[in-house]
Amino acid sequence: MGAWAIAVHGGAGVDPNLPKERQEEAKRLLTRCLDIGISALRSNLPAIDVVELVVRELETDPLFNSGRGSALTEKGTVEMEASIMDGPKRRCGAVSGLTTVKNPVSLARLVMEKSPHSYLAFSGAEEFAKKQGVEMVDNEYFITEDNVGMLKLAKEANSILFDYRIPAVGTCGAGAAMDSPLQMNGLPISVYAPETVGCVVVDKQGRCAAATSTGGLMNKMSGRIGDSPLIGSGTYASELCGVSCTGEGEAIIRSTLAREVSAVMEYKGLNLHEAVDYVIKNRLDEGKAGLIAVSKDGEVACGFNTTGMFRGCATEDGFMEVGVW
Amino acid sequence: MGWAIAVHGGAGDIPLSLPPEKRLPREAGLRRCLDVGIAALKAHNHPLDVVELVVRELENNPHFNAGKGSVLTTSGTVEMEACIMDGKTMKCGAVSGVSTVVNAISLARLVMDKTPHIYLAFDGAEAFAREQGLETVEMSHFITPENIERLKQAQEADRVQLDYTQPIPKEVPKEAAVADGDSQIGTVGCVAVDSEGSLATATSTGGIVNKMVGRIGDTPIIGAGTYANHLCAISATGRGEAIIRGTIARDVAAVMEFKGLSLKEAAAYVINQVPRGNAGLIAVSSTGEVTMPFNTTGMFRACATEDGYSEIAIWDSPTK
Repeated sequence: MGAWAIAVHGGAGVDPNLPKERQEEAKRLLTRCLDIGISALRSNLPAIDVVELVVRELETDPLFNSGRGSALTEKGTVEMEASIMDGPKRRCGAVSGLTTVKNPVSLARLVMEKSPHSYLAFSGAEEFAKKQGVEMVDNEYFITEDNVGMLKLAKEANSILFDYRIPAVGTCGAGAAMDSPLQMNGLPISVYAPETVGCVVVDKQGRCAAATSTGGLMNKMSGRIGDSPLIGSGTYASELCGVSCTGEGEAIIRSTLAREVSAVMEYKGLNLHEAVDYVIKNRLDEGKAGLIAVSKDGEVACGFNTTGMFRGCATEDGFMEVGVW
Repeated sequence: MGWAIAVHGGAGDIPLSLPPEKRLPREAGLRRCLDVGIAALKAHNHPLDVVELVVRELENNPHFNAGKGSVLTTSGTVEMEACIMDGKTMKCGAVSGVSTVVNAISLARLVMDKTPHIYLAFDGAEAFAREQGLETVEMSHFITPENIERLKQAQEADRVQLDYTQPIPKEVPKEAAVADGDSQIGTVGCVAVDSEGSLATATSTGGIVNKMVGRIGDTPIIGAGTYANHLCAISATGRGEAIIRGTIARDVAAVMEFKGLSLKEAAAYVINQVPRGNAGLIAVSSTGEVTMPFNTTGMFRACATEDGYSEIAIWDSPTK
């Protein structure tokens, strides 16, 4: 019998000027989620159930960019996406373009288990949600004042905004919000490192699972899909490991980041830590991203080339750590 | 080294008894598309332009499951998806849920070239197409009598399990093998490399017959149905769900890189990992090699290399 391990994240790419209270708030949420996951693992829940449970908690809390508290599209609405993957047999489910489903990760799970497909989006996904009887709410439920303010700033700057949740006080508008504008994809927009959320777990039976959920990029075009619902990019799980990524969606997709961790373990024989290091160092080029991963042997690792990543991890032997930098 | 190109019109349970009236137009279509691609490569067009051009041809051909001739959703509508990737820059573009755009692959290209994003879907994709002035038509343009018939038969046979109350074993065949044996679960795709070793891939599809509205398959998922890097370019076809889980297209390149296998060996290795009857792919390498393995009954395919070799085939060919 192996040992369990769990990791959670709330996004890679943190503003160095993020107010202390925000950092503490984030750490409290991550700790709470870890505790929920640890409790579930101690009750012998399988990895796939644990990742769903933890990500639901992250979606429900308005702090990070998923479920309630999601970033807004250019229209001021919320379009959420999520994916989940079960390492044994590599079953997977994903959803995009959700506007009324309270917990996207749970719908992704239902796609995996109750539909003949792996990925449903937009009105088709919403229809499926209705038929499954999942909890549905108005789109307004997901929209927070903070994000309405952020969207306004993003539009003023006419760019995709780096989401560091600084309250929009003062009259400087976009200028104040963008201390260190960075480039993304070679186009003149600021880096937006979404506070996508994710969880990876290996249970005592050595089964790995991963789940990721997000509202996407602030001020994104309606219909834009990022890395989070794409199996192999934002989420991946196999017999060997479970991975959830966050950061610049386009960079994560291009490098099929989540799959990469498992691939170098499989094909190069690297262990989890080596694999995570290798992938972060060699696969991202100018892209900025981070990831959390667990292996079937109860190891946990995280890696990022951004300034900070909201994360937490714990292993059965009592190790626990929550961090931002 | 030299240029190389491969095209496919879908892998699947293509019966050996496929009647001439179904076989000949597709063979002719493959031949024509191959020629279009070869001419473009000889004229020194960039592989990205070549694959887009060829896939546009395949989309316009009603005999393949892409663009006109796309299979229908369970509601009798068309929801097309496409994806394109440049091996050198690793830039990519993808679209899903497209219902009125004549050439989805060109829309995917525009997403890649004209937006900071990689993937646009449904209403957002359609709105972007209009903004960009792409040619759009009534959805009926894409619907063919054969596909209306296929949908009817699939719904009667209820091959795609729509009873959501039972867990669905994903290993059970989902594609509708219609009564006359013409199981067109294909997708179309093209991969190309020029004599400088620049690679590109493009894939386009209508999806699977009787799919749920909103279902996305492997085609627009980078690493699943479509992938290119500095080593090779791949376009896959078959059962979407299996291709996604197997990250097929990405794995061919990964196996070449990490295990040092040749293109042929890597492609064969990856296809063998997928349950029988589920997938096929076409691939070219930066050194001008080409391979087209599949573990289904057949795959509509064609390829050519600069040294004069060319091939058009459906079922097993002696040279793989």
